[in-house]
Amino acid sequence: MNAPQTMPLSKALNAGLRKAMERSDRVLMMGEDIGPLGGVFRITEGLHAEFGAQRVIDTPLAESGIVGTAIGLAMGGFRPVCEIQFDGFVYPAFDQITSQLAKITNRMQGGLSMPVVIRIPYGGHIGAIEHHQESPEAYFTHTAGLRVVSPSTPNDAYWMIQDAIFSDDPVIFLEPKSKYWQKGEVDLTSPPIGLHESRLVRRGTDVTLVGHGAMVTTLLQAAALAEAEGVSCEVIDLRSLSPVDYGPILDSVRSTGRMVYAQEAPGFTSLGSEIAATVTERAFYSLEAPVLRVSGFDAPFPPAKLEGTYLPDADRVLEAVDRALAY
Amino acid sequence: MDPLEAPDVVRVLAADGTFAPTESAEPYLALIDSLSEDDLQGFYRDMVVIRAFDREATNLQRQGQLALWPPSFGQEAAQVGSARATRRQDHVFPSYREHAVCMIRGVDLVDIIRVMRGHSHGGWNPKDPRNGNTNIYTLVLGSQTLHATGVAMGLGLDGLSGSGDPERDQAVIVYYGDGASSQGDVHEAMVFAASYATPEVFFLQNNRWAISVPVATQSRTPLVNRGRGYGMPSIQIDGNDVLASYAVTRVALDEARSGLGPRAIEAMTYRMGAHTTSDDPTKYRTGDEESTWAGRDPIMRMRAYLEGRGASAAFFADVEEQAHALAEDTRLRTPVLPLPSVESIFEHVYTERHPVMEEQLAWLKQYEASFEEGDA
Repeated sequence: MNAPQTMPLSKALNAGLRKAMERSDRVLMMGEDIGPLGGVFRITEGLHAEFGAQRVIDTPLAESGIVGTAIGLAMGGFRPVCEIQFDGFVYPAFDQITSQLAKITNRMQGGLSMPVVIRIPYGGHIGAIEHHQESPEAYFTHTAGLRVVSPSTPNDAYWMIQDAIFSDDPVIFLEPKSKYWQKGEVDLTSPPIGLHESRLVRRGTDVTLVGHGAMVTTLLQAAALAEAEGVSCEVIDLRSLSPVDYGPILDSVRSTGRMVYAQEAPGFTSLGSEIAATVTERAFYSLEAPVLRVSGFDAPFPPAKLEGTYLPDADRVLEAVDRALAY
Repeated sequence: MDPLEAPDVVRVLAADGTFAPTESAEPYLALIDSLSEDDLQGFYRDMVVIRAFDREATNLQRQGQLALWPPSFGQEAAQVGSARATRRQDHVFPSYREHAVCMIRGVDLVDIIRVMRGHSHGGWNPKDPRNGNTNIYTLVLGSQTLHATGVAMGLGLDGLSGSGDPERDQAVIVYYGDGASSQGDVHEAMVFAASYATPEVFFLQNNRWAISVPVATQSRTPLVNRGRGYGMPSIQIDGNDVLASYAVTRVALDEARSGLGPRAIEAMTYRMGAHTTSDDPTKYRTGDEESTWAGRDPIMRMRAYLEGRGASAAFFADVEEQAHALAEDTRLRTPVLPLPSVESIFEHVYTERHPVMEEQLAWLKQYEASFEEGDA
């Protein structure tokens, strides 16, 4: 009876949110247009009708207000789940997230936890206008006190959103919006692995490819193309951006000796930079080549007609694979 | 009675187009009386023409020619009246739906299309004199109110305002909406504007919907009261009455430019279309509400008024022809807009040549060339 169900990532998130709201009446949803409309991506669809306006709250149009009042609600024992409508609209809330939310538990020496989730659809590939396609993860991974995660599959989306909601720390939950419509199997009976574990998603022997969110699909495409040329790529889905689970990455790199990190975000002071440095420190004698990064360019995310040039695709990953193998 | 409508709302034309000024409109009647028939007909022409453009752009989005379109449908009187009230030397900060304002200030409407087609993040250069000091659209809501206030502060510092000569003194008008009014930036802009007595008008188009969220979520009291809280003279107008929009904005801008400090206007209007073409209003609002507001259509109201004043059939036919021509021009020019170059990703990120941009562009060119070699 509990056979896995096939659904798109958006529906898996919706199901995970519903499950969390059923499990605890302290779980609240807050955001712009999340009520009767169900959010601009319909992630909260039906929740307003099912749980009412007291628990699925259409807020005034003010991101700092959303996160700031979520902090107060958490102080009152609630578990608020904030939806930021698009990546580029999170910055008005930046002070509340980085200076307030992230630090309150520490300032109160553990006297108060901040179980707040901030859901942010992020990334490109949807042909949208300015501020709707960005990858802001490094701003948040740079801030101590925040947990940052990003699912790449419907099954992970279903389980990780619930884990995030029941985490007692604040979690920045980055949803790869270009994958909202990608279907996959969801096992509704048992969680796959912990919220902060990375996962080996394809075995290989020559090069280790690591990435997060929508990029995992690109890495798998690249691995398939490489295989046709006789190159065997191992692929790891990072899942947790902070903290990073280095175990599977280091195990893989010690076996392959080569690694490429791919991300949509600009490369300079990025998550990929941090991981490349750490892998170099911890697996230096196993490396046959420098850890390479494939990133968005260090220029503003361009108008949509140019996003295909800006965003790394499987070919850009393969170019790095070739460079790694050339050492 | 709508709790968000102030008791002293300024209205000149009733919804059926009859000349029926409210008591609060009386101070503006002499100004309205001084308008020529050409002026009045010009307001109507602007509204009809921009609606045709807006409809065409919406259609182009439906045909896949644009990524997105935010319609101005229903808000023509608020935009046309206020934009016609600006003087040549004024500075204009739109939000992202002020297509009529842009047209009146001289912006080529196809430049807006370029933004919504995914060709450009800016669309036009506000420093180009053809664009009438019109800033580019701002999508992060309310941010532009602070920029406008800064420009207005600068006018004061440079002595470009407050001399008493309205033909010379500059002023700023900034547009924002009922949703944006909740943003902290708007509060801070009003604090600065009041503190420095800026030559500025805050023009709030209350179109009653922030995507799916009704204005009652943003405010339980008329939004015009906000401006009063900062000490700004603030006036609510019937935003579907182009005469009220023109006259009240004209007076407010001239007061601001003369050194009397910032003013706020709240135009009560209605977003007759969707928030954008990505949106389906039937999910959150009723057909009854839409019908009520269709009965207050700004264009029908002005048409009835002009007909009562004896405007000719030839005039209305001429306006239709101009509207049709603009729509056709838009339809023809959009699909052939040149694509932005790959190089443009790296251009103007900094004012000077930048080693990182040059390095990454060089890499990209070499990378793209490697495919051509591979294909050969």
